[in-house]
Amino acid sequence: MTSRVVLDAPDIDRALKRISHEILEANEGSQDLVLLGIPTRGIALANRIGSMLQSIDPNFEGQIGTLDITLYRDDLSKHERQIQPTKLPSGGIEGKVVVLVDDVLFSGRTVRAALDALTEFGRPKQVKLAVMVDRGHRELPIRPDFVGKNLPTAKTERVSVQLAEVDGVDQVVIGE
Amino acid sequence: MKHLISISDLTKDRAISLLDNAQELAAVNDRDVKKIPALRGKTIVNLFFENSTRTRISFELAAKRLSADVINFTASTSSLSKGESLKDTAQTLEALGAHAIVVRHPASGAAHALAHRGWISSSIINAGDGSHEHPTQALLDALTLRQAFTRNGDLAGLKVLIVGDILHSRVARSNVLLLTKLGAKVEVAGPTTLMPAGIEKLGATVSHNFADSLAQKPDAVMMLRVQQERMQGSFFPSPKEYAANWSLSGERFAALGKDSVILHPGPMNRGFEISSAAADDPRSLVLKQVANGVAVRMAVLYATLSGEAN
Repeated sequence: MTSRVVLDAPDIDRALKRISHEILEANEGSQDLVLLGIPTRGIALANRIGSMLQSIDPNFEGQIGTLDITLYRDDLSKHERQIQPTKLPSGGIEGKVVVLVDDVLFSGRTVRAALDALTEFGRPKQVKLAVMVDRGHRELPIRPDFVGKNLPTAKTERVSVQLAEVDGVDQVVIGE
Repeated sequence: MKHLISISDLTKDRAISLLDNAQELAAVNDRDVKKIPALRGKTIVNLFFENSTRTRISFELAAKRLSADVINFTASTSSLSKGESLKDTAQTLEALGAHAIVVRHPASGAAHALAHRGWISSSIINAGDGSHEHPTQALLDALTLRQAFTRNGDLAGLKVLIVGDILHSRVARSNVLLLTKLGAKVEVAGPTTLMPAGIEKLGATVSHNFADSLAQKPDAVMMLRVQQERMQGSFFPSPKEYAANWSLSGERFAALGKDSVILHPGPMNRGFEISSAAADDPRSLVLKQVANGVAVRMAVLYATLSGEAN
């Protein structure tokens, strides 16, 4: 089994800073902004982007939460999965600009499930998608708005985004 | 997890993961839209050979919150009263497309028979079989205790006292198995005539004096309902005599620690095994138990009906 590091800690940090600027630019500021991390690693990424937004924009008024999509998956009858917490910000998502944050965009099925989960909590004005890695091989018509790194991969390869909060190290690894 | 028949089929980790899922599913009850699509397209049958409005409603609500279709099948209004066997009933329900059957039956082992005799391939969930087990009740009690004492994983070191008719109580049996599995110290107390032989082998200590047990300062006291319908014969001289020795009232209620909690599986016989003062006390978690019942049953239905393709 061979694996190689394609992004290291400074690469990840630069990518997240760029994404943060892009989010502010696309939204023309931080008003009505809600960042929702998808467990597990999307939570850590959303928190990091949140603190970067705060340091870029001293008047930051966005909010951060988590959205678990386990119960909305389309492969529940194949796997039983542990349910993770969903914590929406106090202001909810009604009329807000929601940015979903995840580590890897692959088939798009996680994002589809997240869109379903969102509708149970309200009607956002807009939903956008930020991912650390877009590795291609979409199975649904879904595209990201903010991408840390586009990584062309073979379908059999495994892309793993590792973050200090969860894995003790910041790196992106491709393995067989 | 294909079936839930007995607590003894669960490992400690499995039990904790069910409780973790139940804790997250409880949040669905606080939402505006109290529904999630996890079991869309699944059919769940509540097959009840004993009257139990509460447990049936709880399972029905749990199934509906997960978007499953629910059929209620009650013995007194069905062909069962015309003499159909359990096997034929179950096979008929499966032919109608049931993915899971929630069964309550007066005979111990009924759920086990449905799951393992090869009659049907549906998931079976035991909602109470005779005086054997009532696993979802034990799970909801454990969840309530976890919340009351802000535990995230197990219940290590927690002292739980279960009082009343231990002999006929499937609630007591499932609770002794589950709470000891989670590390709690469980004592069962009741009249000698209502204490099953060998209960200490399940991991509980036995007491025949309520006041002595209370002096041990239990963190939780679980009062059991006196089940007149299961008693053929005289197990105690009179209801008054039972209440005098075994109800949570008066001095015994006063002896309860201020941080202790009171549990009761319901329905309560006020003035019999529990006084109104105790039932309505802030330390009583009876209504919390009812709410947690829906969440636990959602977690059990989710666990038995997801992953079944493998």
